[in-house]
Amino acid sequence: MSSNISSHPLVCLQDVRFAYGEREILRGVNLAVHRGQLVAIMGGSGSGKTTLLRLIGGQLRAGSGKVAVDGQDLSALSVRGLYAMRRRMGMLFQFGALFTDMSVFDNVAFPLREHTDLPAELIHDLVLMKLHAVGLRGARALMPAELSGGMARRVALARAVALDPMLMLYDEPFAGLDPISLSVTGQLIRRLNDALGAASIMVTHDVQVSLGLVDYVYFLSNGVIVAQGSPEEIRASNDPFVRQFVHAEADGPVPFHYPAPPLESLLDGAAA
Amino acid sequence: MSAMAAGLRKLGAMAIDGVWRFGFAARFFLALFRYSGQSFLRLPLTIREIYFSGVLSLLIILVSGLFVGLVLGLQGYDILQRFGSSDALGIMVALSLLRELGPVVAALLFASRAGSAVTAEIGLMKTTEQLQAMDMMAVNPLARVVAPRFWGGVISMPLLAALFSAMGIFGGWLIGVVAIGVDDGAFWSQMKAAVSFRYDVLNGVIKSFVFGVAVSWIAVFEGYDCQPTAEGVSRAITRTVVYSALAILALDFVLTSFMFRGL
Repeated sequence: MSSNISSHPLVCLQDVRFAYGEREILRGVNLAVHRGQLVAIMGGSGSGKTTLLRLIGGQLRAGSGKVAVDGQDLSALSVRGLYAMRRRMGMLFQFGALFTDMSVFDNVAFPLREHTDLPAELIHDLVLMKLHAVGLRGARALMPAELSGGMARRVALARAVALDPMLMLYDEPFAGLDPISLSVTGQLIRRLNDALGAASIMVTHDVQVSLGLVDYVYFLSNGVIVAQGSPEEIRASNDPFVRQFVHAEADGPVPFHYPAPPLESLLDGAAA
Repeated sequence: MSAMAAGLRKLGAMAIDGVWRFGFAARFFLALFRYSGQSFLRLPLTIREIYFSGVLSLLIILVSGLFVGLVLGLQGYDILQRFGSSDALGIMVALSLLRELGPVVAALLFASRAGSAVTAEIGLMKTTEQLQAMDMMAVNPLARVVAPRFWGGVISMPLLAALFSAMGIFGGWLIGVVAIGVDDGAFWSQMKAAVSFRYDVLNGVIKSFVFGVAVSWIAVFEGYDCQPTAEGVSRAITRTVVYSALAILALDFVLTSFMFRGL
């Protein structure tokens, strides 16, 4: 775990509300992430985790409340200001989102070529260093279609950290990975966060792997933070929601079924 | 009565949705111009799109142009020889192609071949979160992805239409002069005397440029605005081809009515 956590939050959400039309997704979320911290946001499907990540990345604007990154209110930033902020962020998408018309090397070089005037030789060396960090230096000439899911995720990770961001956002980084890739990716996320001195926010369902990696956990349900704490506190928690989630129990406050009328009323053609 | 009210409500909702979407497309068009400067600064991106939209469409354009010219030669000779004017075959083939068939048919083929490909590519980039990833890397997808494809199409279209017309005239000459035996000198000299650069050639180029703008705009917009699913991309491609065809034919009527009244 990181020992150099700063006192001022790098990311701060205050009473954030967000709705898609009439459907309210977030209902007053408060959250703080400090430099050096790796934070997990967990919750059931549709609980608003990815929406929260998009609000922090500035892809969505909060209906009310404040989303601040490095002290700047994202809703007050112009497009130019938002892009300047994003140059200091990295995001790992669920399936990598690699540019399919570019090789692995060009994918990682993309942000360096777009945002710096570095000479080609230096970009070449930096890209190889980033690829080496994720163990894929030898795959630099491959195209994204030639990579496995785990490899694509690691290339995307190398691309996301190409500009040494102050904030990393991970959207389901472990989804669909085999146990080896999952463990390697998890360790990489932890190592990169500590090496960059960055803050990282990870949206994930993978409770056991995440609790072994992160510094702090927020549990999101029905658009509000229902529980939070360090991994030790989460493991020891008697909160019914946390217990159900951590121990993967079928019964608990998180319903398995989508809201529906009783099954009996739909049988024998009683209702359609 | 309630069914009628429901029908009217549905019709009204469709109309509002259509107007809203057209408004969004218009704002998208303006944004394209706003970010075009950035894409021209990175000229290799636009040149690459000219290759994908223009050069890779050459085969279908040239082959289609040849066949259209061959058919024009046959039909034209059949009609003209009834009036003893078979020597005017060159004029008929050239004017048909330069004024109408070249720009219109080339644009229809361009929409089917390159327009659908552009929509599919941008739509798939959206579906696989590539556009979102680019945006998160502080690179504007409109400047990096959309504008080069738009200008690639706009620049390619008049060139393809010109090649279509040239190939069509060659096809008309093959049938008329080589196969049927129309006088070679009459074919070319009458064409040269009757075809006006200003009214025929230039107006054809203007038409093909306008069609290029319309088709490229529709193609990039439909890709950018599609639902990010397999079905959404498929529907966007269909819309590109259908809307482009309708836009080409409607614009052709409007342009023709302005360009060739009483000339």
